[in-house]
Amino acid sequence: MKKPKAPKAAAAKPRFFTSSVSARRFLFRGLLVPMVIWLLLFLIIPYLQLLLYSFWTNGKFTIQHVLTLENYMKFFTSGTGTNRPVLVLLDTLRIAVIVTVIAIILSYPLAYFINFKVQSPRAKQSLYMLAIIPLWISYVMRAYSWRLILGSSGILNALLLWLGVIHEPLNVLLYSDVSVIIAMVHIYTPYVLMPMYTAMEQIPRNLVEASKDLGGGKIFTFFRVVFPLSLPGVITGATYAFALSMGDFLAPSLLGGATSSTKIANIVQQQFGTSNNWPYGAAIAVVIFLVVISVLAVAGKIEKHFSKLDPEGGKTAV
Amino acid sequence: MIKKKSLSSGLIITLGILVLVFLYFPVAVVFIYSFNSDTINSFPMGGFSFKWYGSLFQNRELMTSLLNSLKVALAGTAIAVIVGVPAAYGMHRVHFPGKQLLNRIVILPMMLPGVITGIAILAFIQEAGIRQGMGAVILGHATFLLGTVLPQVYTRLRQLDKSLEEAATDLGATEVQTFFQVVLPNIKTSIIGAALLSVTLSMDEIPVTYFLNGTFTTLPIKILGMTRNNFSPEVNAICSIILILSVAAIVASVAMNKKEV
Repeated sequence: MKKPKAPKAAAAKPRFFTSSVSARRFLFRGLLVPMVIWLLLFLIIPYLQLLLYSFWTNGKFTIQHVLTLENYMKFFTSGTGTNRPVLVLLDTLRIAVIVTVIAIILSYPLAYFINFKVQSPRAKQSLYMLAIIPLWISYVMRAYSWRLILGSSGILNALLLWLGVIHEPLNVLLYSDVSVIIAMVHIYTPYVLMPMYTAMEQIPRNLVEASKDLGGGKIFTFFRVVFPLSLPGVITGATYAFALSMGDFLAPSLLGGATSSTKIANIVQQQFGTSNNWPYGAAIAVVIFLVVISVLAVAGKIEKHFSKLDPEGGKTAV
Repeated sequence: MIKKKSLSSGLIITLGILVLVFLYFPVAVVFIYSFNSDTINSFPMGGFSFKWYGSLFQNRELMTSLLNSLKVALAGTAIAVIVGVPAAYGMHRVHFPGKQLLNRIVILPMMLPGVITGIAILAFIQEAGIRQGMGAVILGHATFLLGTVLPQVYTRLRQLDKSLEEAATDLGATEVQTFFQVVLPNIKTSIIGAALLSVTLSMDEIPVTYFLNGTFTTLPIKILGMTRNNFSPEVNAICSIILILSVAAIVASVAMNKKEV
């Protein structure tokens, strides 16, 4: 198997590890085998299983393993009024877009402030840490905390009463779309902030200086240099916020109104719970998946386009 | 000109700080209320007391769920590290078709809403005849934790000076020796960092667990239930304890990942 021309010294070395390139390649690929099997078994097959479920139907006692488009038809045509699943999907999209936009608006000044207004590297590092730590603070805690603030005997109402703005507690703050949006913005802002900050951090400072030296004013420099170069990070962050709020069923159920705040993921959750119609739930999940994946794909394209502007090659991956 | 400059700077700094306040205020509220002597979370607070912290430890169900969460987090993290670290090294050393694809697939559960991954695994275990419960939860957690362990360790490996490994090989070290004596010590901190992060993520995970747990209760699932029916101010106390522990773990994790080789 070995080439006859191979020098003798090489042949004397432990062959398996050092002498044969293909054996080495075999060894390193072998290291990947457990992970590939794991992902295949517990990720890829489950996703495919879900897809398959969406084409099955619920029989009387068991699931009918016959392929049909019934669930998708049901999703697009069933229901009346605002309870129609399609309208719930559109409503969820609306909420996800609102959450994403607000999260961007909140993150941008903070990322800009830490990147460009703080001089000492130590302070910068600490502030950045402070800004992204909420990412790992318990989800339930962050969602639930808004009940203490927005509730009818909560802090906000107490403050407004004290200020004399209102004369009796507002009940509309909590258990409505408003509280769901506020909590989701709070939960998903750090996801936007992190890639945004990374993108800004990589903007070459001499580019900013050059723009100013060449007579570009502050506003000009911002819109022609800083903003375009930060866009890939903004887009990455926005896709996180969008994808996660599209599929969030906890915030709506913890803070939303009884029926008005039912979001698309809540319908999925119900199908796998009380309604017990897994195939229908699977179909809705596939619809969510398609929406999220298409947004990710489009965002990826846009991000790539803007990364080309970046002289450093656009290393904005998180 | 100077005045204008300070005005815009001032505005950005103020906005930035306000956003930080927005991020921390709600958390601070829960923390402060955890010392409330009242049973109702109304403002202003009734008085100061440690009693909810005391009653936490008498809450057997809560303690059981805490123990369950620890088991899941440790088992899930162990699997993710044992499966993910060798894979990261393999990816680092050889090129093969589909490497990019693999990189994308592994982070899918992190990118997609948890509900999708949760019900997908539920559908799978149903067909495979695996019961809902601790095993299923660990399986689900290990799967999404791979999505943090692999990218983090892989990134560190790529930052590693290639000449280190070449020097080891040139000096006659076998691949196994190179890995254990040269590479591993250099990526140790990133593995520890990734493991700490994994434990924290696992201890807080709801959407995937929600569909796989059956009657098995993890801590966040238990807390979720406590905020819903027969509310108890113990929620504030347990959340505050978790807050302190997770912040400590995250600071340690980031420090580990940042550590220069």
